[in-house]
Amino acid sequence: MSMQPPSELLASNPAEARQEIRNYTLNFGPQHPAAHGVLRLILEMDGEVVQRVDPHVGLLHRGTEKLAESKPFNQSIGYMDRLDYVSMMCNEHAYVLAIEKLLGIEAPERAQWIRTMFDEITRLLNHLMWIGSNGLDLGAMAVMLYSFREREELMDVYEAVSGARMHATYYRPGGVYRDLPDHMPKYRESPWRKGNKLKRFNEWREGSMLDFLEAFTKDFPSRIDEYETLLTENRIWKQRTVGIGVIPPEQAMALGMSGVMLRGSGIEWDLRKKQPYARYDQVDFRIPVGTNGDCYDRYLVRVAEMRESNRIIAQCVEWLRANPGLVMVDNFKVAPPSREEMKDDMEALIHHFKLFSEGYCVPAGQTYQAVEAPKGEFGCYLVSDGANKPFRVHLRAPGFAHLSSMDSVVKGHMLSDVVAMVGTYDLVFGEVDR
Amino acid sequence: MSESATAFAARLHARFPQGFVEVALPRGEVGLVLGAGEWREGCRVLRDEFGFEVLIDLCGVDHLGYGTDEWDTNSSSEGFSRGVEGQGPGRFRYGETPSQQLDDPDGVGAIPLPENRFSVVVQLLSIANNRRLRVTCHAPDDVLPMVDSLCDVWEGVNWFERETFDLFGIVFPGHPDLRRLLTDYGFIGHPFRKDFPLIGNVEVRYDAEKQRVIYEPVTSVEPRVLVPRVIRDDAHLATARGEARDLKVGPVRGVAPAGDAK
Repeated sequence: MSMQPPSELLASNPAEARQEIRNYTLNFGPQHPAAHGVLRLILEMDGEVVQRVDPHVGLLHRGTEKLAESKPFNQSIGYMDRLDYVSMMCNEHAYVLAIEKLLGIEAPERAQWIRTMFDEITRLLNHLMWIGSNGLDLGAMAVMLYSFREREELMDVYEAVSGARMHATYYRPGGVYRDLPDHMPKYRESPWRKGNKLKRFNEWREGSMLDFLEAFTKDFPSRIDEYETLLTENRIWKQRTVGIGVIPPEQAMALGMSGVMLRGSGIEWDLRKKQPYARYDQVDFRIPVGTNGDCYDRYLVRVAEMRESNRIIAQCVEWLRANPGLVMVDNFKVAPPSREEMKDDMEALIHHFKLFSEGYCVPAGQTYQAVEAPKGEFGCYLVSDGANKPFRVHLRAPGFAHLSSMDSVVKGHMLSDVVAMVGTYDLVFGEVDR
Repeated sequence: MSESATAFAARLHARFPQGFVEVALPRGEVGLVLGAGEWREGCRVLRDEFGFEVLIDLCGVDHLGYGTDEWDTNSSSEGFSRGVEGQGPGRFRYGETPSQQLDDPDGVGAIPLPENRFSVVVQLLSIANNRRLRVTCHAPDDVLPMVDSLCDVWEGVNWFERETFDLFGIVFPGHPDLRRLLTDYGFIGHPFRKDFPLIGNVEVRYDAEKQRVIYEPVTSVEPRVLVPRVIRDDAHLATARGEARDLKVGPVRGVAPAGDAK
């Protein structure tokens, strides 16, 4: 920051010699395209330099945790998708994991691999969204167009497996809702897609979902190269990100940061490696770590993470292809019987009825389960008093902790760096406000 | 995690003889309950001596109505009810809050008051030792629950405490900026308390005559809960174990509920 000349020197006429120079307050958002939803920032500015940031959040507060208290456990899984609505299945994973721990059950092997695979697909979805929108924030329009091309393909995978492009409600306590589909939906002929073009679009979709994903993982590294061509050595991109928002490792820990925010500052901490869940202990991947802790390093970490996620998906595809099996515990106290069984067997019918009218009771206790969501540590603190509804659910959203550090990180930066910072936090207000 | 959960719990107990240490096996989750008096200093010790450099999460819990159900699952001599008379979460509106029934213990569905209504639960993480710890503090006073702020121990707790203050009305003395965080400007009440109606107290609409947005008592939503709250004490897990064909059921030791933990 430059030194401020005394006010007398600035005054153009002697009458104003003693005028006071005050900071002014700038209202950023909540309807601002770079505010990533409904963030309202009250910025205290000295010229173009930020002196104080006061983020106002809660405009998207829906009381998810309170709503969950009035519903049987399974009915809240769908709410989890709507927290961080660009990394849906990871949120489900934390909630479902907490229930499973209290119940003392474990999902079958195949379901664990499916979860591992979909957690990584979700990570790609999230990082693709991030790279596109962050590029847009900082003036790189084209990246968005590229990244949404791949996002569309992964969205189709979501849809193929759960019927919904975003809010899947696919993970269930005891496994996943159903096994992977044996065919991928194809594009139909339309005035815009016909002939050879249609054939090209459907090229990967002739086989099963796993075939589609295999083709995707073979192709995806070249797509990441395309984003990198657009950004990594781009002069403007580097000017906007290098040395901006530097967070030293000690500060990152004190501020409760997690995920890329921590790894960008050089701390090698990834729950998938350090406290493995699902089948992360059986897949091979590396943890990318930054050195400078600035926005550019966090960009590099996210890009490297996409490459690692792609490798994990490829390994999961290989395993899932070779190992058919159950995807849900065969336990009617928690998981519903199949349709045929229900129509056939009195016992199964009773279980079906009780499960969908009353749900299942979870033994009294409390647990905290966390997963490495794309944005950081997403955790679920669950208290049960033995009822069929949770007594208290608390969801620990990574974006919440990150945004709270806004004031201490952004102080002294220029106004335009606030946008870079909002972008690098990877904020989604569904999870910040809950 | 080289040190086992029980060994770590023993080490904790030696350092905090007055605290209450619990271990949930087989998950290996360790919990520590500290008194309100030793809360801040205890947390500082956990950071400095036990290496918990990251505070992952802080949240409040309201224990009102812990362990109550709305539908009797055991006796059927009088026939089962429809399970719609309860006073559980979501079933009451403004002015019908269950805590009002506490003055009249014989009232319908009166809810027993727990010994300590509010508690603050903190999840700590040690990156150096790869260990987690849950630390709980019960607020001594139910009317004005107060728990010392941890802002000078972990900087990142700031917003978590603001949120807990906002949603539960737990006050954190020592917090530099204890304002509401998630609720509306000018909001009244603490929505995550168990006696705050699920449908809310006020609704908002644009009034064409007054030409402004107005707040008025909720009329557009009825309190409605589809599934009664049920506690089954049948040997749930034992049954599950017997019926499971492809299920690994580990022994689960139910952790004492936080309200009874003293």
